[in-house]
Amino acid sequence: MSTAAETYNYQVVRQFAIVTVIWGIVGMLVGVIIATQLIFPDLTHGIAWLSYGRLRPLHTNAVIFAFGGSALFATSYYVVQRTCQARLFAGPLAAFTFWGWQAVIVLAAVTLPLGITTSHEYAELEWPIDVLITLVWVAYAVVFFGTIAKRKTPHIYVANWFFGAFILTVALLHVVNSAQIPVTWWKSYYVYAGVQDAMVQWWYGHNAVGFFLTAGFLGMMYYFVPKQAGRPIYSYRLSVVHFWALIFTYMWAGPHHLHYTALPDWAQSIGMIFSLILLAPSWGGMINGIMTLSGAWHKLRTDPLLKFMIVSLSFYGMSTFEGPMMSIKTVNALSHYTDWTIGHVHSGALGWVGMISIGCIYYLIPRMFGRTEMHSVGLVTLHFWVATIGIVLYIAAMWIAGVTQGLMWRAVNPDGTLTYTFVESTRASMPFYWIRLGGGLLYLSGMLIMAYNVWKTIAGRKATDAPIPAYAPAHA
Amino acid sequence: MNDFTSGFWEIYIAVLTVVSIIACAVLLKAQTVKRPRGAKVETTGHVWDEDLREWNNPLPRWWVWLFYITVVFALVYLVLYPGLGVYAGAYKWTSTGQYEAEVARVEERIGPIYAKFTAQDVKTVAADPAARAIGQNLYLNYCAQCHATDARGSRGFPNLADGDWLWGGDPEAIKASIANGRNGVMPPFGPALGAEGTKDAAHYVMSLSGLPSDSIRVARGKEKFEQNCVACHGPAGKGNQQLGAPDLTDKIWLYGAGEPTIIETIANGRNNVMPAWQERLGDAKIHMLAAYVWGLSNRGGTRQAGGPDVVAEGK
Repeated sequence: MSTAAETYNYQVVRQFAIVTVIWGIVGMLVGVIIATQLIFPDLTHGIAWLSYGRLRPLHTNAVIFAFGGSALFATSYYVVQRTCQARLFAGPLAAFTFWGWQAVIVLAAVTLPLGITTSHEYAELEWPIDVLITLVWVAYAVVFFGTIAKRKTPHIYVANWFFGAFILTVALLHVVNSAQIPVTWWKSYYVYAGVQDAMVQWWYGHNAVGFFLTAGFLGMMYYFVPKQAGRPIYSYRLSVVHFWALIFTYMWAGPHHLHYTALPDWAQSIGMIFSLILLAPSWGGMINGIMTLSGAWHKLRTDPLLKFMIVSLSFYGMSTFEGPMMSIKTVNALSHYTDWTIGHVHSGALGWVGMISIGCIYYLIPRMFGRTEMHSVGLVTLHFWVATIGIVLYIAAMWIAGVTQGLMWRAVNPDGTLTYTFVESTRASMPFYWIRLGGGLLYLSGMLIMAYNVWKTIAGRKATDAPIPAYAPAHA
Repeated sequence: MNDFTSGFWEIYIAVLTVVSIIACAVLLKAQTVKRPRGAKVETTGHVWDEDLREWNNPLPRWWVWLFYITVVFALVYLVLYPGLGVYAGAYKWTSTGQYEAEVARVEERIGPIYAKFTAQDVKTVAADPAARAIGQNLYLNYCAQCHATDARGSRGFPNLADGDWLWGGDPEAIKASIANGRNGVMPPFGPALGAEGTKDAAHYVMSLSGLPSDSIRVARGKEKFEQNCVACHGPAGKGNQQLGAPDLTDKIWLYGAGEPTIIETIANGRNNVMPAWQERLGDAKIHMLAAYVWGLSNRGGTRQAGGPDVVAEGK
């Protein structure tokens, strides 16, 4: 095959980039609906499959695995090809990962409202879907590492370390946490029981945050931030240290989800201290991203994509500071089971994961269709401000509501009785549920602006695959 | 209690934990290089995708120190608190111990307050405003979920303020209800009576409290009632507090007064549970609660006959 004719495989990147926008809107819309249900509990008139308990896992699965997952597939396939200067390995297998992943999402959207669930948080899908996820994931690993193996560049770029760690670890997490004995097609029982079951679940749950929602998105950051800023990565050495420290330490942090439960005290302590050690490795990624911009700060004024990326890194730094603090037992005694946790999760999800994905998709979409810029840069800027204000409203409201709940639940009268009944803490939270709904609506409207802009960018345009340049070793 | 199935695992996890923490520090030390003053920072010389390069800046000093501080904190914490296998930590802290100490501290503080009231009889306690305030706090946290904040109950949950009692309204009976719980069971009569027989019995029951009823069905139902219902509800339908069998003549309906509901009750029976609170609350708090609940319908002669549950269903 002549190299002149060979192009990058943009087809699968294009598909994943476009569905990222669609699933983002769906997942966030469900989020807005359940936020409204917390203000009007009878909003859906008691219809079982629209009830909060069934829509909530639909929301989390849709935003994490449909929106976040599609963004990860799109960017990792793009980055691994461009930085290896090689066409994606096993094209048909890559196509299978796209259609397989879409099938998983559709099956989730059908089974969760029907009440078919394993009840393991962030792993609610029943065993036949788990099997399909495994097949897709193995195909993903083959395509990704196959491309690494056929690379023309001598070194593996740092973004690919993170994507690689994310793919390998999620495979491990998924297989271990899905160990179930099927009873019927849509019912199974976990092989673990009691506190062991809880520990496996949160080993999975926290590493889903650490690898799916952190390592993968750091991979995005390490390619798209220097590309968009036109500057080299700040420190190679820092990337080495924080990479190994991050993937090693995350594995230990799960028990902090089970403070003051039946989990033995020693395990809780280990979860807490490794969560604290995790602070510096997490901040290593933020420093490397933000310092990459040093010398080019003026670009932030005019470039909305950089705005998305830098604000996302700021939220990453903030939530990775908040997380270790909340893992301290004394703090956790106040924050656990309150809306503070919800605020923390969303500063990571809307702030870090959402903003970096949106920035990267804005980078990819025009390039997938032979353009260099989105249809309207003004609308991208508008999206940035709407989303940022939405996040700030959301997390500030949840902080106040969460701390209020924590303090009200522990308040005791001189006679030893509780000062407040539970329903009083719910009433006190109500104004903040309204503010949260406002924040969520803003974030969702940002996604609708994005969808319009994406449509205008690609309408009438031909899908274009870039040619692979011949590899020319650089001489430093 | 030992959490480990064998002595191997407690050593395994302790060694692995310490080695892992120290490994973080070793990685950090190995990668900390001093940059000669004034030296120019170079890139690594690698290039990807046309223009992607990496500076070789050293690790930021403040970041290195932040990392070391967390490592030192972790090691100190493991000396003071449980974390290394079965080693209890210098402070001998446990989460169970922390809970028990907190409870003991509160018990010690509130002991004298409760002791004063425990020595009095329920009726005296009910007349004391301070005791009523404590009783109300307890009621709102433990009872209001079912019996409602105004104690007027709801469908299936008895009104506690109306002076009508399923299991007796004297202080001792109320205490027994709270302490040991109650299980009110009405067996199903649908299979024995048949659809028509059930409807006839329902009409007779409706006639007992003056609800509109079909006189022919009432006449037929009387016979069914005498054969099947009097054992618990009594010949006049006045109920029996020993069994928790409701008075059917007083216009107070636990599940509602409409014909369909009464037929449903007779046909399918009812099984209603009030949980036991003895273990959770203890004697002193149950004493306060009993006084509060007794006072709702007895204090100052403000006996309130007829709460919201009198309202017939479907009207």
